[in-house]
Formats: sequence, structure tokens, C-alpha cells
Amino acid sequence: MAPTASGGPAGAPAPPVDKRRSTARRHRAVAAAFLLPALVLLGALVVYPIGYSLYRSFLDRTGDSFAGLDNYAAIFSDDTTFTAVKNTAIWVVLAPTVATALGLIFAVLTERVRWGTAFKLIVFMPMAISMLAAGIIFRLVYEQDPDRGVANAVWVGVHDTFSESAGFPKARPLPVHPLEAGEDGAFVTKEPVSASVSVRLPLIGVSPARMPSDARPAREAEPAADGTVTGTAWLDFTRGGGGAPNAVDPAELGLKGIKVEAVKDGEVVASTRAGPDGVFTLPASADGATLRLPGENFREPYNGVNWLGPTLVTPAIIGSYVWMWAGFAMVLIAAGLASVPRELLEAARVDGANEWQVFRKVTVPLLAPVLVVVLVTLMINVMKIFDLVFVIAPGSAQDDANVLALQLYRSSFGTDADLGLGSAIAVLLLLLVVPVMLVNIRRLRRESRR
Amino acid sequence: MTAQPDTVTTRVRTAQHPKARQSPAARAAARAGGGAVRAFLVLVGLFWLMPAFGLLISSLRGSSDIAGSGWWQVFTRPAQLTTENYRQLLENEAITDSLLSTVMITVPATVLVVMIGALAGYAFAWMDFPGRDWWFLVVVGLLVVPVQVALVPVSKLFGVVGIFETTLGVVLFHVAFGLPFAIFLLRNFFAEIPRELLEAARLDGAGEIRLFARVVLPLGAPAIASLGIFQFLWVWNDMLVALIFADSESAPITVALQRQVRQFGNNIDVLAPGAFLSMVIPLAVFFAFQRQFVSGVMAGAVK
Repeated sequence: MAPTASGGPAGAPAPPVDKRRSTARRHRAVAAAFLLPALVLLGALVVYPIGYSLYRSFLDRTGDSFAGLDNYAAIFSDDTTFTAVKNTAIWVVLAPTVATALGLIFAVLTERVRWGTAFKLIVFMPMAISMLAAGIIFRLVYEQDPDRGVANAVWVGVHDTFSESAGFPKARPLPVHPLEAGEDGAFVTKEPVSASVSVRLPLIGVSPARMPSDARPAREAEPAADGTVTGTAWLDFTRGGGGAPNAVDPAELGLKGIKVEAVKDGEVVASTRAGPDGVFTLPASADGATLRLPGENFREPYNGVNWLGPTLVTPAIIGSYVWMWAGFAMVLIAAGLASVPRELLEAARVDGANEWQVFRKVTVPLLAPVLVVVLVTLMINVMKIFDLVFVIAPGSAQDDANVLALQLYRSSFGTDADLGLGSAIAVLLLLLVVPVMLVNIRRLRRESRR
Repeated sequence: MTAQPDTVTTRVRTAQHPKARQSPAARAAARAGGGAVRAFLVLVGLFWLMPAFGLLISSLRGSSDIAGSGWWQVFTRPAQLTTENYRQLLENEAITDSLLSTVMITVPATVLVVMIGALAGYAFAWMDFPGRDWWFLVVVGLLVVPVQVALVPVSKLFGVVGIFETTLGVVLFHVAFGLPFAIFLLRNFFAEIPRELLEAARLDGAGEIRLFARVVLPLGAPAIASLGIFQFLWVWNDMLVALIFADSESAPITVALQRQVRQFGNNIDVLAPGAFLSMVIPLAVFFAFQRQFVSGVMAGAVK
């Protein structure tokens, strides 16, 4: 950047004084004409509003009387606005850090693969779309119902892999059935079982649509000769009617996967799960035990996380922001990385540094200026975050997800607007970026002095 | 702002470390590490694509399918895919009108910023007038002013002038807040034009206006392109400004869709294709002008 010295386009040979003065005046007129549209717009729509907001922030709600610093105090004392202050602080700390860290990782790693360009395009692409579109995208992602929202679908999938999945909520026996309610939602047999008789464990109350898709028609188990206890756990319900209670009718399905425990004197001596046709087999030690269908069979299925509920809504929206802006950090850092001298990295490697040490001790320090620019840029950007919160947070969670820019909008244009408060928030937002403003100006002056 | 604009597609290849220096074991470890890096990047790439892909698929499913199951069901039941939502959306006048409004706002706001910014940028770079450097510092200071500061005062001002809730008002607001960046970018670019070139044109008798139109603008084309694309995307994607300064007649697609979000859940067959439609133009611009977009992003890293 080599801005011209203030000499400007001063013409060639010096004309007579008179003419020179008139030329200078004409130059000024031309310059004014070139600048006029810009200065009028900037003055009326940017500079004047700053002054007005400042002035208005010292007046009360109606604008009739002087309120001193009351509006500023209100920002920090009122619950709603203070939530906004806290959330904005969370945003400013979390979002730029995560986006920059990811950008750094991506930038360094993509240097090592041939299709790094394609990867960068994918990660950078969300920057081109509107926050509204991104908001709609993430409303879909964060839908509560695991059958519809992909975040919960994945979460529930992972959860169910690691913990027993609940199979048959609301299942229960009829009074004529040989089962009765036990402790902790379990059902136990009324009588101890014997190896010589096939055990019947019928239940009702599972809607056919919620039965496992691979459950097969139930089969009456044969009593085994070797002393093992056998039996059938099945859904004692024939669709359309016609089945007899406590009998395995042809159209009735086995309770596939239901857990059966044999209990003697309060101790579990054996346990197993029923097959697709409901048949189960317990070892001989179960002879004379009471059979129990433990409560875990009947718990409501795990329904995932309430992403947009009061506690997680802000981190969830920050996630969508990182999705949009990590690419920005990545591209800027990659450009910085391209200007890091290869010889330095090579020298470190030749000296025996491993990749991690090269990264920590050479790459990151050399990139520090770029990282600072990225972080500061993202921080300014995040302070003003509005669209994502406005679109993603459901009406019920908007108070919990509140940020300064959203509160400003609500205070200024909501049903019970308080322009004093709104203006104070506007001034606060401006004050937060003033340091950056000064740094920009100082950098420019330094450059023009060079 | 010294970083050279670099496209996503051009980059410096890392020099491979000298293979000869490494033991076979180290080489094997490096190869395994490379495999892990590739696998990681593939996973992250898929992860990054998934949200937008989900929107695209959702926009192509019937409303009853959307209500009952997730978009990933199409992998097993591809017959669910239909363009019905888009057909209905294009018959929905509220949406098509708002798409038109977006164009009516974005095009003038982009052209005006480029024109007014170029005039001022040229004046700051090459004209002599008192306090020039101070004025420019003020413009640079305005780079980071948040739009939020101006919402209330400008809506009152527009009310007085009579352009509140009109397309003109929205356009002017966007132009004003686009100008600091435009002037900053173009002034710096114009300042690099060799003095001799301008002097030669002056000696040929060209006036300031001819000089500007015939020499400065053509030479500034790369910067103007960056600025234009950046401003275009910024205005096209805006919601907040239009939410306040546009009425239902002049509301762009972002505002029209935002109004729909309130009933989120039972109107995904409108929201998903609508959102996708609003993304088509920005994405096309992004892919067609990556280079200019990236250099605009770099130059605007302070905005």
C-alpha cells in the first residue's frame, strides 16, 4: 500500500498566479463534486445517526425528559437485557475462538492433500449464503424429534448404541395374564416357573406400528428335556380381534429382544433376551425361579437433546455460526500460510522436530498476526450477531438466547419499544468497536507516513 | 491488509520433506498419518455439507413425508423426491414478488455503491483539497460502525423525508453503509495507478471526468469487481435492514421467509425450497467469482 503523498496531481509548468488560483478553485469544485454524494450519504445515514443515538440514549422512554445514565444502568440491571449482555459475552469469547481454531486446523491439514481445494470450497461456501438461509438450515438440523432433526437422529443413534434401547413403553399384562407389576416398572411372574412347563409371558399395550420391524409371529415354546427353562414372550393382541387372552394366536407377534431375568431370593440368577418369535431359553439354574421382565424394557425411548431449549440454545446457535464462518478463518489463514517461508519449516524438520513441534513452535508463531486479524474481525462480526439468533431461537427460547443486537431490535421496534434503552444498547455496541476503529486509523496513518 | 488476495483454488504446494532422510518406520508412520488426515478431512467435508444437503433434500419432499420422517429416508425411498414444492412456490405470489424485490434492492444498491465509492475513492487518491487525509481517516473510522446504531435515527429521518418503508430507503441505507468499505478499497487501489499514466492523459487535455471514466475506471476493474460482488452478496443476504426499512410491498425474500419461520414445523414445504431458492443466486455468484469474492473478503477483514 503506497498512498500518494499529499502532493496530488499538481500540474506541470507553473502558470501565472491568477490562473493558478482559479485552477486551484476549479480543482476544489471538481473534488467537491466527486465527493458530494458519498459525504451526503455518510453524513446523513451514518454520522448523524451516531450523534442522534448518543443523544437519545440519555433521554427516557418517551423522549421527553433527561434520564442521565439510567438507560445504561438498565442494560445491566434488567434481567432480559443482562441475559443479552451475558450471551453476547459468551458469543464473543466462544464463536471466534472455535471458528479460528478450526480454520487453523483445516488450513494446515489441507496443505497436505491434493484435493484440499475442494475441501476448502465446501467449508467456505456457507459464507456466501444469508444468515436467514443458514438459520432455516439449522432449524431443520436441530429439530427435537429424532425422526426429523438430524442432530438428534445422530445423537439418539449414538446413545442407543451405548445403552440399552427401550423397546416396549406402555406394555403391560392383563389381569388374567400370569404376570403382575413388580418394582421399578418391572413385571414378574405370579408363580415360580418350572423347567417342565413352557412359560407364557404375554403383554398388551404396544401399538403394532412400534413393534420391532423384524418381530415374527410368536411361537409356543416346547418344554425342554435338558432342564432348561423355556418360554414365550409375546404381544397378546390380535389385530382386528379374535385372539384369545393368554394364548399364542397365529397373528400375534413375539416381543423380540425383550429382556427376561430369573430371580431367586432377590438375586438375578440368569437372564436372556427373547428371539424374533418371542421364544427364550434360560439355563437349568432358573428352574423354580420367578421370571422378571425388568423395567428397562418399558422405559420411554430416549428422545435426544433439546437443542433449542433454554440451556443449549446459545451453544447450538454458535454452532451454526461456526459452520458459516470457519471457512473465512480458514481462507485467511491459508493465505498467511502460503507466505510462510518453506525453508523455515524444513529447517525445523531437519533439526529433528516432529510435525506437532513444527506446528506449535514455527507455524503458529509465524501466523500470529493473521490469527489476530481473524479473531478481531470475527469478534466485531459476532458483537452484531442478529439474524441467526432471531431465526433459529424459537419464540419460547428467544429470551434465553437473547443477544445485544436482538435486544436492540426488540427495544427499538417491539410492541412496547423503549427508544432510550434501544439507543443505549446501540451506543454500547458502538463503544465496543471503537478500539478496533482506532487501531485501523492508527495503522493507516502509519502506512501513509511511510 | 498486506496479505495478497489468493483464491481458494490457487495455493502453494507444501514441499514434501526429503524422503531419503527418513527411516522406513518414519515413512510408514507418515503414510499412516497422511491416511488419517485424509480420512479426517473427508469426514469433516461430509459433515460440513450435511446441513445444506438436508435442506436441499427436504425441499424436494412432499409435505406429508417431511412431517413424518427425516430427509435421510430418501436414501431408502428415493421415490419421495418431487419438485412439487418448487412448483407451488413459484405460483406463490408472495414469494415470487419478494424475489423480485430482492433484485430491485440489490442491483441499484450495488451499482450505486460502486459509482459513488469510485468517485470518492478517486478524489481521495488523486485530487488535492484541504483536509483530504483527515476526511479519509474519518471514512476509515466509519468502517466498523455497526448498522444497529443507525436503525432508529434513520427510520425517523426516512419518515420525515417520506421514504420509510420504500425500496428507495432500503437501497440508500445499504449504499451508505457500503460506502466506507467501497471508498477504502477503491482509494487504495486507485492510489497504485502510476502517476505518469494520469499525467499523460492530462497533457492530452483530458478533464477530470474523462480521466476518471476512461483511465481510472478501466484500470480499477479488478477492485471494482471485488467490491461489486461483495456488496451484491451483502445486500442480497441482508435481512435486518429490510426488516425495518421495507414494507410488505418492497420486502425481499429474506424478510418474506422470516415471516414464515414463526410457524416453523408445519410449513417446511415452503421454507425449505424458499431458502434454497434464495441461496441459488449467491451460490452461483460465489462459484463464478471465487477469486474476486476472496479478495473482497480479505480486504474487508476489518468490516
